[in-house]
Amino acid sequence: MGASATEPVTAESLRERVDGFLAGHDTAQDRLEFLRARFDAGLAWVHYPAGLGGLGAPRVLQPVVDQRFAAAGAPDNSPRRIGIGLGMAAPTILRHGTAEQRARFLRPLWTAEEVWCQLFSEPGAGSDLAGVATRAVRDGDGWLVDGQKVWTSMAHQARWGILLARTDPAAPKHAGLTYFLCDMHAPGVEVRPLRQATGEAEFNEVFLSGVRLDDGLRLGAVGEGWAVARTTLMNERVAIGGAALPREGGMIGVLARTWRTRPELRTPALHDEVLRLWVRAEALRLTGIRLRQQLAAGEPGPEGSAMKLAFAALTQQISGTEVELLGAEGLRHDHWRADRPEELDLTGRGPTYRWLRAKGNSIEGGTSEVLRNIVAERVLGLPAEPRTDTGVAWKDLPR
Amino acid sequence: MTLDLRYTEEQEALRDSVRAMLTDHAGWARVLQVAASPEPDDADLWRLLSVDTGLAALAVPEHLGGAGASLAETAVVLEELGRAVAPVPYLGTTVAAQLLLHLGEDELLRDLAGGAIIAPAMPCDVGPAGPGARLPDVEVSTAADGSPLLNGTVCGVADASRARVLVMPAGGALFAVDADAAGLRRTPVVSLDETRPLCDLAMWNAPARLLAAGERAASALDAALVAGAALLASEQLGLAQWCLDTTVAHLRTRYQFGRPVGSFQALKHRLADLWVELVQARAVARHAVAAVAAGDPDARLAAALAQAHCGPLAVRAAEECVQMHGGIGFTWEHPAHLYLKRAKSAAIAYGTAAHHRTALATLADLAPA
Repeated sequence: MGASATEPVTAESLRERVDGFLAGHDTAQDRLEFLRARFDAGLAWVHYPAGLGGLGAPRVLQPVVDQRFAAAGAPDNSPRRIGIGLGMAAPTILRHGTAEQRARFLRPLWTAEEVWCQLFSEPGAGSDLAGVATRAVRDGDGWLVDGQKVWTSMAHQARWGILLARTDPAAPKHAGLTYFLCDMHAPGVEVRPLRQATGEAEFNEVFLSGVRLDDGLRLGAVGEGWAVARTTLMNERVAIGGAALPREGGMIGVLARTWRTRPELRTPALHDEVLRLWVRAEALRLTGIRLRQQLAAGEPGPEGSAMKLAFAALTQQISGTEVELLGAEGLRHDHWRADRPEELDLTGRGPTYRWLRAKGNSIEGGTSEVLRNIVAERVLGLPAEPRTDTGVAWKDLPR
Repeated sequence: MTLDLRYTEEQEALRDSVRAMLTDHAGWARVLQVAASPEPDDADLWRLLSVDTGLAALAVPEHLGGAGASLAETAVVLEELGRAVAPVPYLGTTVAAQLLLHLGEDELLRDLAGGAIIAPAMPCDVGPAGPGARLPDVEVSTAADGSPLLNGTVCGVADASRARVLVMPAGGALFAVDADAAGLRRTPVVSLDETRPLCDLAMWNAPARLLAAGERAASALDAALVAGAALLASEQLGLAQWCLDTTVAHLRTRYQFGRPVGSFQALKHRLADLWVELVQARAVARHAVAAVAAGDPDARLAAALAQAHCGPLAVRAAEECVQMHGGIGFTWEHPAHLYLKRAKSAAIAYGTAAHHRTALATLADLAPA
């Protein structure tokens, strides 16, 4: 049921395709069988090529398909649980993978049979990701990997990880990297929960000790790891999925409801603070709507970076104001259990949890400081900071 | 209602042509020359915008001599006028046109489309639409022939200095006053922003014509104030964009300590933050004009939101522009001061951000303490 090269895919033709598929597949059947059949019908991610779960259709038509399946009560692939696979691993494998790699990995990735994690950040390589120290050394027809990764969400559930490792320490840091698909079940992979300031263990540390990877798990050429990683990172930054929120649909809604229902907490100064935050939240919401309209019209812009920066600052301030508004009551924390949440929930739990969790928003997925550098240099065109690490062998860099 | 917040291709083409025209006719040296002269605005540029190109009556219907476009197009022109800090009474004329459209004053609209300046006779800081609007305290009496006479003063009126007709709220009604009438005196104010200077109006039995009274006058005035706040946001957006663009260009070429000043993170991060605010200002300003143009029930909230965000943003952009230009940015010979003055003046026009936040407290059901 591949897409014909002569027949353009439209929203209407997609709806017909979905309806045709639903006529032949019971939504109450085995969830995995249903998802595999949907993938094979090219109705998984319609902008992917035929044979790899797609139809080569415009990406903006994906919601047409998803909404049709959702309306029919079809099982979904828990997209939030496999966000790293969908948003980062899959586009990278599609772009840089061999035919064998695409055929092997994309289907179970999309059906959520195999969860993915990202093995990029290290204790010594956070904002300066190209400085990673995890080593991959040739070992016959494969590689031996040793090192430590950190801030790895979902590693404890992951079957595979996208791994950035150093294969040539004598080359300048960007040139000595190679990208691998790491078997998380291989001997020598150890995942340890990492507790955060919230008390939860949302992330992990991953220790790689003599992990043997077949050369068939290398993605892209040896020494080309940075170029491959950039595909992953660019997709991380454009991944603003989901529908636009309604007014007060985010964290500001929690604060506004507290303000409305607890008149005894109000002060004039906090009133202006709440109004200022409400203005910023609504401005950011409208920015998201405008950005989605531009993306849908095929006019992608750099505004996603603005959203991330503004979102981080806003959630931190809204949650901080909420704790203050509640006074001593706001200091009562629900629990410090080391839970292992699978989804980021910025409106759930209590105000102190929200305030603490929001601190991560300006660090995860690129710190706000690095993001400001990127905006200044790539969007505004300001000159780069003078660097001391270009043209120097990675092994000779101070650390 | 889902409002389209993007620019259409036609609007982008309109922007290009307006920018080209303003580059030729409203370069900053010319703007400074007009601002420093006794003239309240650039009469040649106004003729170009009104008589020659019809841009001053974009949102007036074609059968009245206008272009029959919407406020979304008008807002694009205002972005470019803000970008040039052009000294023309465009905003006031546009708001007056909105008043006249609500009242069905076709004759005055034809005059306006023909290039006549018609200005709302309100203090520039009239504030958000609604019961808190600061309307002039002008008394209405009746002449022997039964026609209305106006008495009182209105201080700090923008775009009125060369107006032919003033549209004046008084005693809960709206009047048209011939600006050259006996009994009306206009006194120029030495204004912070000489690219949109203010004047004071004083009336002693000034003859007027009643346009509307009661609910009809109130709703027309209300709609015009909402439109004014929404449209001003686009002007502020254009002004802020010029400040950012100009500052970036300067920091790329200015060398100190052996490197471009723009390579210092202390400056880069501030400009990145400014850009983040500007991106949001574009969404907010487009939303406001789209809501007003569509008659969306959300228009009042959208306009208040736009002023609460875009007013302070434009001031901050102009302040950063002055600061990051260093010594040159503080001189009369650099245009930054024109933008600084316009930004501050515009942050007060149609109500400050604080006034609009107060309005939002009601509109968004966030009652005070």
